[in-house]
Amino acid sequence: MKRVYLDYAATTPVAEQVVKAMSSYFSEKFGNTMSLHSFGQEAKAALEQSRQRAAGLIKAKSSEIIFTSSATESNNMVLKGIKYKHIIISSIEHDCIAETAKRLEKQGLPAGRQGIKITKIPVNKQGLVNPERVLKAITKDTGLVSIIHASNEIGTIQPIKEIGKICREKGVLFHTDASQSFGKIPIDVNEMNVDLLTASSHKIYGPKGAALLFIKQGVKIEPLLHGGGQENGLRSSTVNTAAVVGFAKACEIAKKEMAKDAEKQARLRDKIIKQVLNIKGAFLTGDPEKRLPNNASFYFSFVEGESVVLQLDLAGIAASTGSACSSKSLEPSHVLLAIGLKPEQAHGSLRVSLGRQTTEEEIDYFLKVLPGVIKKLRKISPFK
Amino acid sequence: MALYSDKLIEHFQNPHNYGKIDNASGIGKVGNVVCGDVMYLYIKVDKNEVIKDIKFETLGCAAAIASSSVVTDLAKGKTIKQALKIESEDVVKSLGNLPIVKTHCSLLAVDALVEAIHDYLKKNNKDIPEEIGRKHKILEKQRKEIEERYAR
Repeated sequence: MKRVYLDYAATTPVAEQVVKAMSSYFSEKFGNTMSLHSFGQEAKAALEQSRQRAAGLIKAKSSEIIFTSSATESNNMVLKGIKYKHIIISSIEHDCIAETAKRLEKQGLPAGRQGIKITKIPVNKQGLVNPERVLKAITKDTGLVSIIHASNEIGTIQPIKEIGKICREKGVLFHTDASQSFGKIPIDVNEMNVDLLTASSHKIYGPKGAALLFIKQGVKIEPLLHGGGQENGLRSSTVNTAAVVGFAKACEIAKKEMAKDAEKQARLRDKIIKQVLNIKGAFLTGDPEKRLPNNASFYFSFVEGESVVLQLDLAGIAASTGSACSSKSLEPSHVLLAIGLKPEQAHGSLRVSLGRQTTEEEIDYFLKVLPGVIKKLRKISPFK
Repeated sequence: MALYSDKLIEHFQNPHNYGKIDNASGIGKVGNVVCGDVMYLYIKVDKNEVIKDIKFETLGCAAAIASSSVVTDLAKGKTIKQALKIESEDVVKSLGNLPIVKTHCSLLAVDALVEAIHDYLKKNNKDIPEEIGRKHKILEKQRKEIEERYAR
């Protein structure tokens, strides 16, 4: 059967060139970056070269990048490693920010930081944060603002530069989780007034198990992991050289291909949006303009998203949903509720995300299959 | 597909007995207020109290659709009395397996059947077993809440 992967926002296949770049760092150049001998030093050299490459993608200095194991780790480090009494996030953060914030509010981790307050900035129907609301939420206790750059679910791109400017003027640190935008749209940490930024390897055709945290020079942050003092004392753990090298290679490719990729994917995305909206009872979620080039997200009335995803899967197409039925908690996606969707609307949500390998033919196949799936499920549904 | 059994997927892809019955003897409408699934179940009962025909309409996940399909298979041809003995475990068994997080879907299907039978008994002024009456009160409240959501 034909298999069409349209879930690149979940993860991406590792690029061939990336696999090639990594391959010698398993058995041949396997040294520990902390070792003094030549084995260690060749690994160390690869690490530092990788740091430079990754930094280059966001116009940072290489000394401002530390490698971690995941975006979740980077985000946890930011929230747990900065001293503050009050933190501002948006209502559409990824779970690894939202859940961490919730836990901090409840438990005040780490020890001695009791009574942390969290303010969640609401978003409008398109999923946009109004920078003015961030400004109004900042108090004398605010130490950190963390706003997702581009939504993993609805693709909306936030006015990061404006929010960053406000934070800078108020003397509050500003972090953005750029897991979905990094490598897909241009990022300049200086121009965007960002103090901290999270990015991940497996979203950009790199291996899983590698991510980064940009920490602007002068920003003080506590490590999550203590030990041998790797990554400038900020992230103890033997460096996963192969993964880091792969991540850096993926960054290098992204830098080269970004404009071309974005243009092609945006065109296919617009084709999807246009044709899907022809289906009766189909609605776009997210902003029509300020949107990731590879994200098309919808909801369909009177059908359930998990059923849609599984019907598509039976036709070989991989997509995803924020429906309650697909979550462990049986609650619909908090992002979809935050943009004002009613639970029953979120119930019928579908996210399609494109990637470098996506072809026009694949999109045509998807567009051919989808209307039938919706029709079939509505035929079974009591509401029509 | 690891999440669901082959049998469940088979029912999901080709559900048995879906649709509506005009002039049904009884209609069971249930909804799950937590996840948002809705199930309508229609029964046609003959004078010997045998369920001659049964159909469902479901808005829900694969597990909910497959559970509906299975419940109609299980109840078809049975007497009202026999049909009331069907439990969610029977549905799960017929599906081969069901992830624990989806157990409520099989429950919903059985509830829909109970509600359809309640409706039939009530319409025909027959005695309603106490337990069925009690269950009906709870299910009716949930149904109203969820139907309001979709009606808007």
